[in-house]
Amino acid sequence: MTELLKKMLRDMLLARAFEERAAEEYAKGNIGGFLHLYPGEEAVGVGVLHAAEPADYVVSTYREHVHALARGLSPGAVMAELFGRKDGCSGGMGGSMHLFDRERRFMGGYAIVGETFPVAIGIAYAIALRELPEAVICFFGDGAVNQGTFHESLNMAALWRLPVLFVCENNHYQIGTEIHRHSAVPEVHKRACAYHVPARRVDGMDVLAVYHASGEALAQVRAGNGPQLLEFETYRFRGHSMADAGHYRPRAEVQAYERRGDPIDVAMAEAGMDEAAAARIPADHVGRLAAQLGRDGHLDEEAFESMKAAVAAEVEAAVAFAENSPEPAMEDARAALDCNRHGEVLL
Amino acid sequence: MKNDACLYWQALNRALDAELAADDDVIVLGEDVGLYGGSYRVTEGLYARYGEWRVRDTPISESSFTGLGVGAALVGLRPVVEIMTINFALLALDAIINMAAKIPFMSGGQFPMPLVVRMPGGVARQLAAQHSQRLEQTLMNVPGLRIAVPATPQDAWWQLRQAIRSDEPIVVLEHELLYFSKGPLDEAAEAPPMHRAEVCRAGADLTIVTYSRMRELSLRAAAQLAEQGISAEVIDLRSLRPIDWETCLASLRKTHRLLVVEEDSRFAGAGAEVVATLAERAFFTLDQPPRRVAGEELPIAYNARLEAASIPSAPSIVAAAREICGQQPPEEKS
Repeated sequence: MTELLKKMLRDMLLARAFEERAAEEYAKGNIGGFLHLYPGEEAVGVGVLHAAEPADYVVSTYREHVHALARGLSPGAVMAELFGRKDGCSGGMGGSMHLFDRERRFMGGYAIVGETFPVAIGIAYAIALRELPEAVICFFGDGAVNQGTFHESLNMAALWRLPVLFVCENNHYQIGTEIHRHSAVPEVHKRACAYHVPARRVDGMDVLAVYHASGEALAQVRAGNGPQLLEFETYRFRGHSMADAGHYRPRAEVQAYERRGDPIDVAMAEAGMDEAAAARIPADHVGRLAAQLGRDGHLDEEAFESMKAAVAAEVEAAVAFAENSPEPAMEDARAALDCNRHGEVLL
Repeated sequence: MKNDACLYWQALNRALDAELAADDDVIVLGEDVGLYGGSYRVTEGLYARYGEWRVRDTPISESSFTGLGVGAALVGLRPVVEIMTINFALLALDAIINMAAKIPFMSGGQFPMPLVVRMPGGVARQLAAQHSQRLEQTLMNVPGLRIAVPATPQDAWWQLRQAIRSDEPIVVLEHELLYFSKGPLDEAAEAPPMHRAEVCRAGADLTIVTYSRMRELSLRAAAQLAEQGISAEVIDLRSLRPIDWETCLASLRKTHRLLVVEEDSRFAGAGAEVVATLAERAFFTLDQPPRRVAGEELPIAYNARLEAASIPSAPSIVAAAREICGQQPPEEKS
């Protein structure tokens, strides 16, 4: 467990560093368009995807860089995609919101809220038809549950017992509208009972809790027992996108989440870092860590620092890779569009 | 198998049956396609033969069951989604336009999209405004989609099978009044390319370019024109994306006159694309300005007379053809 925790902590540190660097590159003009960042929510993506098998499929949203990284896409391929370059994981055609990797069964980031549901049940339908022991992980946010596709797709998934794990990243905001202002039933997991889909709410700031809940649910799903839904309560520390400063959130609320603990701090505590070592770590990731420590030091200060240094180097290399990758040409765009034509010449 | 009088729906049914039998990855899904056998009988008998996992009755959830087809196609199934009528496809446009047409592109060419979306459309008999329209103009403007518009049982058989075998997303637009039309079907005959237009009547004086149910009306008009000494060539486009411009241009080089016949309303419709491109490419070949015969700029009324007056008829095609050929419209026959 300690090794797994260290791996998850490392992925979370990579996630945080990658996203913070992406924000810098956006400010420099190297990344364009919409950029939705993940800080605060790392425990969800990392915990869920460490519970997944390589044969499982992942369908994701437009806030999906970290899902892609946790699924094993290289930071270089993801950063190059954010830069719109040819060596990006979508060849520069998709960008931040449309990361794809067929080999890792990363079935895409979808930028229209609510699209992940039908895509996920479609993949699950194929799995069920072929009677394979695989699952589909379908990410969505709290805002997506008011789209018709949520209800339509949960109904079909339950009706035909499709192997889908529905994963709600409930960060309490659909852009600027808080969940009590957008949902009559703000407890997302309660909605699943309308379709007899087993569901529960889990602390999404605690990577171990996320990991265990996902592992249990995925085992049920793969065993052919139908879909499951997990609602992970989390919080994004930044605005909805780079265009959003997040002024609509009360200061007291933001502070409450800060007191509750940064998910990275929680993971460090679970990895067994001792209190004294934690106290010496620079302020950015400490938060409420000290109170949650007290185990015997599996992760010492030195190991943590070297982990952070390795992650920083990886992000640096990813940026260098993206900068050195060429721009795709118009022919590449046409080839992407015609990729399924197999040389057939149209008039 | 040869059949001299096959119904259009039977040809579609034969095509689905053949492909379901040939490839285990082919599935059919939609509202009432299974036990019920399809609203226009197109899926009759398939549920009994292939079972509920290959021929799936869905809830009334157009957006999500079309999206289900997209997801299934991503992992190699060949879903044939039936949308009961094109009018309900408005609820599925996100899956068709934003997903099916774009995922292969957005992924940098990583994923197949062997999805077929079949739907009947057009003006039938007093179904009123919400059930009497076509949406080809909306779908034609989407790079990444292909659109087949079979007008005969033979084309229905050929084009549906070609669509199922293609790895690209293809919309097959059928017409509600064609399902019970009859024509020859030779299952063994070799198919032309799916997008090839057909010169279905040769002529020298003008070219009538049309598709779907308007093929039948245009041929009827051409026969009447022949009696009046005008030789009309009729081209059935068979595909609206891409369009077989070469066949159209070859005809214009012969006739120098262009008339486009379409059932849907004129403004920004399929005919506008045909006229614009042919004018760009053959302006100096044309002796007369091109013309369109199209539906009125009105939603379709329930009233039968108003409905009939809202769409082209053989006489309205004849009148337009005579005008282009420099002859006065004939006197109205009682």
